[in-house]
Amino acid sequence: MPQLSRRRLLAASVPAIGGAAAALHSAVPHRHPWNGAEAQAAAPEHAGHTTHSDGGHASFRDGRTVDDRANGFDAHTILRDFDWGRSTRLPNGRVLREWELFAVDKEIEVAPGVKFAAWTYNGRIPGPTLRCREGDRLRITFVNGSAHPHTIHFHGIHPAEMDGVPGLGDGEIPPGGRTVYEFDALPAGLHLYHCHVRPLAEHIAKGLYGAFIVDPKDAREDADEMVMVMNGFDTNFDRTNEVYAANTIGFAYMDKPIVAKRGELVRVYLVNVLEYDLINSFHLHGNLFDYFPTGTGKTPSELTDTVMLCQGQRGILEWRFPNLGKYMFHAHQSEFTELGWQGFFEVVD
Amino acid sequence: MEARAGSDRDLREDRTGGLPAWLLGLVPLLLILAAIGSFVMLGGPGLGERRGPPAEELAVEKTSLRPGTIELTLRNDGPDAVSVAQAQVNDAFVQFAGAEQPIGRLESANVRLQQPWIEGEAYEVALITSSGGTITHAIDVAVETPATDLSFFGLMALLGIYVGVIPVALGMLWLPWIRRIPPAWLRGVMALTVGLLAFLAIDATLEGLELAGAGSQAFGGAALVLIGAVVAFLALTGVSGWLGQRRRAARDAGASGGHLALLVAVGIGLHNLGEGVAIGAAYSAGALALGAFLVVGFALHNTTEGLAIVAPIAHLRPSLGRLALLGVIAGAPAVLGAWIGAAAFNSSLAAFLFGFGAGAIVQVIVQLAPSLRDGEGRTLHPVAVTGLLTGMALMFATGLLVSV
Repeated sequence: MPQLSRRRLLAASVPAIGGAAAALHSAVPHRHPWNGAEAQAAAPEHAGHTTHSDGGHASFRDGRTVDDRANGFDAHTILRDFDWGRSTRLPNGRVLREWELFAVDKEIEVAPGVKFAAWTYNGRIPGPTLRCREGDRLRITFVNGSAHPHTIHFHGIHPAEMDGVPGLGDGEIPPGGRTVYEFDALPAGLHLYHCHVRPLAEHIAKGLYGAFIVDPKDAREDADEMVMVMNGFDTNFDRTNEVYAANTIGFAYMDKPIVAKRGELVRVYLVNVLEYDLINSFHLHGNLFDYFPTGTGKTPSELTDTVMLCQGQRGILEWRFPNLGKYMFHAHQSEFTELGWQGFFEVVD
Repeated sequence: MEARAGSDRDLREDRTGGLPAWLLGLVPLLLILAAIGSFVMLGGPGLGERRGPPAEELAVEKTSLRPGTIELTLRNDGPDAVSVAQAQVNDAFVQFAGAEQPIGRLESANVRLQQPWIEGEAYEVALITSSGGTITHAIDVAVETPATDLSFFGLMALLGIYVGVIPVALGMLWLPWIRRIPPAWLRGVMALTVGLLAFLAIDATLEGLELAGAGSQAFGGAALVLIGAVVAFLALTGVSGWLGQRRRAARDAGASGGHLALLVAVGIGLHNLGEGVAIGAAYSAGALALGAFLVVGFALHNTTEGLAIVAPIAHLRPSLGRLALLGVIAGAPAVLGAWIGAAAFNSSLAAFLFGFGAGAIVQVIVQLAPSLRDGEGRTLHPVAVTGLLTGMALMFATGLLVSV
């Protein structure tokens, strides 16, 4: 005989009871807005995007998308947006490259209908992709317009007082404060920057990070270049992420694939800043890529279709699409994939 | 006398300026409404903006699983409106319909999630609100919710008859035996009955409190159980008083046994209503293994309830029809309960019903207590105490068998 306990069973069953309403619901012929075309009609405010998400993949409700205009940035723009700063020549002939970064608290729609009180550099997540050449002199003016103290901590080679951590150099920059980080662009490769104020996890997870690319002196081969900063958002503050993405907006490249040309060299600058999860990964369908860890070497470490990165790890991916069609890319943690971190390349001639 | 009454009236009219009494009753009410109205219109002057983010609370009142879908009935039991923006099942975003508009306080909404769930597996649903909060709901064992068609209601009726009507009827077969036992023994049997009922009252209260804790708190949670109990107690006291009056008027004072039997039947019937809800709900959720064991267990458990009904009428010669009616009053609510539990389960309602049943039983105990008295007027004499304890022990032991 099964040992049934009335209380246990009731406790388990109470929330799990069927209803006459459901029976009625299915008995009356009707249409649901998630069924194809009606969804577009039913949600005119979200009709901006052309491609409706494929029903076979996880996606946000009815394939809705976030309001990029209200957010002030678009994952597709960020993808190919490289900020070379303002460059001038120093008397000794070196290039001086200057940027102004400001921290600002801003509400971001991280999933359609879900607002997140983010902390940003320049009002976007990830912050601007700073790009320079090996040996340039870099001067980054940081203005803290946020209600909380912040810094910018760069990865790369620089003096200790330029490290952007509390207690060194200008240390924490209070609200309303400013500082200048100045150092040489070294070494060539793919780096990142992020806030380094305690509590660190929160300052990073709320959105204070960005990619930092130092091109080698002898430039890389021409390519269709993209930056993907793998991140996620813990919208309910339970120290696990509710939504995952490359460049903040989950499913953004599913709803609207990234267009690539057949035979053209594709170069992806891939950075993992994901907080609260031990690792993240990138997987490409139907193709393999050369992988250059941290982008510091000239020879690829591996020809593969999957790489795994812990937080702060980054690398450069290069490949050419030999075939036309749509190829998925996503984290190969299926959980992250179906929580937003997946997209399509659409290869055309 | 007349003069004094007149001067009293004069005095009163002097104080009130000659206004009629109904107007005096109405004035404070109108003033209160005006004060509340202007307070709301002015947006609570002096209180300022609310502090902190909105408190988002949604209780899941019902879960129905059909092939490919999970449907949740939500109720907002928090102070602020809640907008459901996205939904996840087992850490993956899913498509869903419903809850397009924010769900206001105490409002209810259905969401229908598209999920190819597998029978027997566990699922966690997370609804993400517009502020990024999550409302999570666990489905411990996924089982298809039975379609509520005619055959289903038939099955629930059969179940109710098996566990409610038949055992009670069987228990009533003790009537001939009770008739022949000496009065002292009969008092023991009455005490046994009170013991049985006391156990049921405790059991129903605990059951109700547990249900109340599990469901939405919007309608009072545990308070519902107590309110249900008080309502039942007072209602039955009123009905019993009314019946007593009628009897006295009809010179039928000696028939208080029949009166008691009816009250016991009503009390047990209300309890079986709650029991039926529990059984129907458990069956509907796939948490109840139907079978001979369950039915035999309930037969033993509820047979004792039949004994409780006939004990007060041992000295009467009720007609077979009247006996049958008592049996139906006590047993048939299990059928109704099973229907409610299986088709329209609501934990707040169920908690209230359990409380209602408990209150009814307590009232019946109060009514039965005098019949325990022996020749010297003692209620808790050794025979009665033995009977009480035996009754509770019987219920406890047979209760172990059923454990729905």
